[in-house]
Amino acid sequence: MKWVLALVIAAVTALLLAGGWIQSGGMKLHAERAAGTPEEAVRALMADIQAHDWAHGYARLERSNHLQEADFVREVGGSDGSLRTYSALQSFDIWPVHADSEHATLRVRMNWSSAIGSLDEVRDLQVAREGNTWKVVWPKPNFPDVPLQVLPVNYLRWDVIGRRSDDWGSASVDTPRVRIISMNAVERPDSVVIVGEVENEDTVPAYVNISAALLKPDGSPLSQQDSFDAIAHRLLPKQVSPYRIDFPGARLNQVKSVRIDAHPLLIPASADPVISVESQNVAKDPLGRTTLKGALVNQSGQTVNIAQVLAVFYDSAGKPIWVSDGYVEDALLPQAPVPFAVDIPGDVAGRMHDYHVVVNHYIAPTT
Amino acid sequence: MNRKTLSFGVLLTALSTYLWAQEPVLNAPGTVSAGQSVKLAAQGHGSATFYLVGPNRVVKRKISLGEEIEIAAEDLKIAGKYQAIACNGGNCGNTQFNVVASQPAQLIFFLHPSRVPVSSGNAVNATALVLDREKNMVLSPAKVNFKIDLPDGSSSTRTVPATRGIASFAMDSRSRQGKVQVTASIDDVSEPRVIQQVAAEACGLRMTASPAGRFVTFQTDPIRDCGGNPLPDGTIVSFTKTDSTGRSTVDSPIKKDRAVARFEVSGSAKVSVACGVVVGNELSLGGAQ
Repeated sequence: MKWVLALVIAAVTALLLAGGWIQSGGMKLHAERAAGTPEEAVRALMADIQAHDWAHGYARLERSNHLQEADFVREVGGSDGSLRTYSALQSFDIWPVHADSEHATLRVRMNWSSAIGSLDEVRDLQVAREGNTWKVVWPKPNFPDVPLQVLPVNYLRWDVIGRRSDDWGSASVDTPRVRIISMNAVERPDSVVIVGEVENEDTVPAYVNISAALLKPDGSPLSQQDSFDAIAHRLLPKQVSPYRIDFPGARLNQVKSVRIDAHPLLIPASADPVISVESQNVAKDPLGRTTLKGALVNQSGQTVNIAQVLAVFYDSAGKPIWVSDGYVEDALLPQAPVPFAVDIPGDVAGRMHDYHVVVNHYIAPTT
Repeated sequence: MNRKTLSFGVLLTALSTYLWAQEPVLNAPGTVSAGQSVKLAAQGHGSATFYLVGPNRVVKRKISLGEEIEIAAEDLKIAGKYQAIACNGGNCGNTQFNVVASQPAQLIFFLHPSRVPVSSGNAVNATALVLDREKNMVLSPAKVNFKIDLPDGSSSTRTVPATRGIASFAMDSRSRQGKVQVTASIDDVSEPRVIQQVAAEACGLRMTASPAGRFVTFQTDPIRDCGGNPLPDGTIVSFTKTDSTGRSTVDSPIKKDRAVARFEVSGSAKVSVACGVVVGNELSLGGAQ
């Protein structure tokens, strides 16, 4: 009787494990890992990336280009505290671009969930036949190779010192003087968007946020929002940042006026790092979207973990008509260019006459 | 009990009842200095309950009518209207008196803003509030002296009469940047404040180019405002280069009065410089300059 009970428990456990495996997509994963077609090869690789199974993913690659596993992991999994290190592949779509009996090209749209939200990446992957299986030809990444050197960094830093007194009328320091130098309300298909620029007119650094309220004809607020992350919050003296405030679901014909406020705070800051934005060009991406592309170069000696690009686009009268922003997934290593691209809506691209790009950055505290 | 004794008893009872039924009378001086004790005259007979109702406190205690009531300085700290009430049974008498601020003993001084661009008209506001030692605003006429010490070592004094306890004036910022100390004083009380006069917008922003191989270094001349004051280090200067590879920009902070940017230039290129909303010169490279 004892043996029967033990057998029943073991059988039930095995059944439950099998059910769990099927439920968690094990069958699908197994099917994806069998690369009988180019699409299956790419799908299997994406499944490995999703599962952070780097070794298995690397084993699926065609390695005639001498790609090292460490380089593959560094590119896909991120390094140096970059945004990619805080990301996971959420989903992907694959569609063929070209195929013959030995080679194929597939386009993959990868959707990454990251610390700052959802990020899309589109890549064309080459797939080659090896016997009965297909293998992805992962291009060998070109990581920057900056020669060993000493880079003196002696930029200014502002500290805020002293006790903050609560006594009324005691000596105090004013908040930085900032000015909204332009503002434009734009109607989009699903929202109203306020775009413009703000300047720190002061001689001290400022942390700036912009809030806006759409007002109805009777003066009551229709909606209130702030610039959230579509602004370079930290503004050094005389620095100008674009800002964008989205009002989802609002229509311009509901709005009589807009009330907009800048909220500056005095903060300690450093003028380092200086990040240049090079080779800026407006071009079409593989999906036919208009994008502003370029490269960021960290001119400092310190690694910038996460960089965000903000671009303001002007019409022929110099009025801001749109602000795009995009995060760069790779860390900015000193002196090494890192490409970036931000989308430009089709209607904006047609009316755009000029643009200006600024870079926002985040450096993880050293422990 | 004979008739005489009875009549005397009735008279005594009537007199006592009359005296008992009379409301107490309080006399107070018209004005009292804040933070000083005062004595009120209380007419009447017997004991009573005394109330003092002030702007920020109420005092209640037993008193004997016909004696002076001493109100402690502690109970008269706040300037304003006070009401003294004495109740004897159902009969109450009251009086009012004002407590006014005593001699100026403190200044609350606002000097605004803490940073002001040079040569700005009426940009600095100095406001002093005259208070006594109990922090009551001194409403009686008083004159506040403001001593202004400038960065070049010179100083000047301005006397401003306080109106209802407030002395205020506005002044232009001077043409030289640096610290300005303003000291407000009255009698032997003084309160210093320091503000910073800072450079205004850049003026005559200009850069030069120094080619070195395929790179060109762009350096501004010392960046100053129209009064010759150097813009502070850390101020952002934007360089923009446009050539066949596209546009490149760099926001470079001023270091030792100058800002520097280095670009790789291929073919002809145009480079412009700006500081905030001030645009500087434009250089054309690889073609006519």
